[in-house]
Formats: sequence, structure tokens, C-alpha cells
Amino acid sequence: MERTAVRGRLTWQLATVVELIAETPRAKSIVFDVPDWPGHRAGQHVDVRLTAEDGYVAERSYSIASAPDDEHLMLTVERLDDGEVSPYLTDELRPGDQIELRGPIGGYFVWEQSLGGPVFLVAGGSGVVPLRAILRHHAAIMSDVPARLLYSARTLEDVIYRDELEHYDVRITLTRERERRRIDRELLAEVGWPPVERPLVYLCGPTAFVEAAADALVGLGHDPMRIRAERFGPTGK
Amino acid sequence: MTALDGNAIGGLLHDVFGGEMTDALGVCAHCGRSAQVAETIVYLRGPGTVARCPHCANIVMVFVERRGVTCVDLLGLSSLVAR
Repeated sequence: MERTAVRGRLTWQLATVVELIAETPRAKSIVFDVPDWPGHRAGQHVDVRLTAEDGYVAERSYSIASAPDDEHLMLTVERLDDGEVSPYLTDELRPGDQIELRGPIGGYFVWEQSLGGPVFLVAGGSGVVPLRAILRHHAAIMSDVPARLLYSARTLEDVIYRDELEHYDVRITLTRERERRRIDRELLAEVGWPPVERPLVYLCGPTAFVEAAADALVGLGHDPMRIRAERFGPTGK
Repeated sequence: MTALDGNAIGGLLHDVFGGEMTDALGVCAHCGRSAQVAETIVYLRGPGTVARCPHCANIVMVFVERRGVTCVDLLGLSSLVAR
């Protein structure tokens, strides 16, 4: 059954950690039980709020890694060494712990069957997280829309969801070992569909990565209206 | 300062407007071109949160939170329509 998010005020909810999965040396997936979770669309995110004992509050956004079809909500968090929130999430959290989150958030960077395709997903680093939700949803509904992921990571060890991605149509490029190749115009042309097939493109990664990939795609002749982007970066205040 | 995009303020906008706004369509009061909120260029690290037009960089939205009250300046937009 298709679940839809309820329109109205977003409320902070207590989510209980069910399981922690080390994905790479720097990224961890956190599986939550959220009693009143209204369901989400693939590609959406949540806000996470941490409150220190002295009342100091830090809020960050994290993409949802799980598919709408999954039983539990899962986030995958990359540890930023100078971060205020991510080291706590990746290093300190244990099963049974509770944190506050609100969501789902986002109506733009989402994919569902009615949007069609072909769907060309392009990820830089942990930008793969919301795209994994899309691929997983795509597989769960046995969609006949072609979908392909082009994913750039530094090393093989940094590839998040490495085993799972083998089940999908995925091309991984490593920038610091093996082929040492970045996502550029040539690679986008080689792996993606030609502009004439009007692929729906989802780009997610650090700001500089997203802008370079978007410029290259437009340069190849892709319609900017068919390109959706989500940039992430350090957002500490 | 790293620029993000309007996806990053989905929660804040939801608080202010009471609904999903990243796919709302805004028209820039300076250049007259339109963009979805998710496509705006967003800076989170200033004293407030600033969103700029992706076409002309005009400031379209400013949010400043003070003692639990969010002050909203939308003078840079000529219209903003939620889906």
C-alpha cells in the first residue's frame, strides 16, 4: 500500500536505535524504530536534533537510506572529524539509545514510479545515500523503468553499500586507486543515457561535485529541467 | 563558505509555512525567472539563513531565528506557490 506523509506541522519524534552497521571506516548506518513514522518517499531526508546537558542544541539533516518499503528507517552518516553531530552518531550511539528526529522532508529530490525515467543516478561519496533509497525502492516495486547509478568514491574501502550495489545496475569509479578517474563529461556520456532519451537525473554529493556534474550534463545537451540536485557539506553554525 | 541548496532548509520551511516547500515554485523579484525552492543557493552559516536566486544570485529569502521566533524576509520573491 502506498503511504503518504501527513501534511501539517513537523514534530520532533523520539527514535530508538535498533542496529548499527559499519559501512566503511568512516560511514555508519543507523537503523531506527520510530513508532509514529508516517512513511516517506525515496530520496527524502530527516532533521536530527541533539541536545547537550547544558541545553546547547545542534541540528543536522541526513538523507534517508532505507526504502519506503523497508520495515525500519535507516540513515547512513559519514563521520566528519571536526563535526559536532556526526562523530556522536557514528561513535557514541548504541542500540537502545534514543535521539530526536523529524521528517520526512523534501518533495523535490524524490523518485517514484509515476515520474518514469530512465533514471540516471549520480553520486559523489556519501551522496549515494538517498540514491540507495531510490534504487532499493525501484527494486522493491519491481519497476520496469531503467535505472542506473554512477558512483564516485575515493577508494574501494570507501564504497558504501558495496555488497548490495552488486545487485543493481551500477558503475563505480574510484578517484584515488585503481582507475583514478573522476566523474566528468566523458564518463557521464559513457555511462548515462544520451540526451535524446531524456533521462531523469538525480545528482547528490558535495557542492563542487554536484555543480561540476550538472554543468557537464548540460554541456552534453541534457535538459536542465530533467536534472535534480542535492548538495551537502559541513553545515555547522 | 560552502553554498548548499534549498533541500537543506526543507525542515525550516516546513516550520514556517506548515507544509512541504522544497518543490514550491518561486519567482525572483529581481530577474523574474522562476526556480523551485530546492534549486536556490543556500547559506546556512551566516547570522541567518540566506537563499539566493540560482539564476541571478539575488537574495530571495532570509530567515533569522531569535528566542524561538523565526523572522522571515521574502522581499526578494515576487511570488511563491506551493504545490
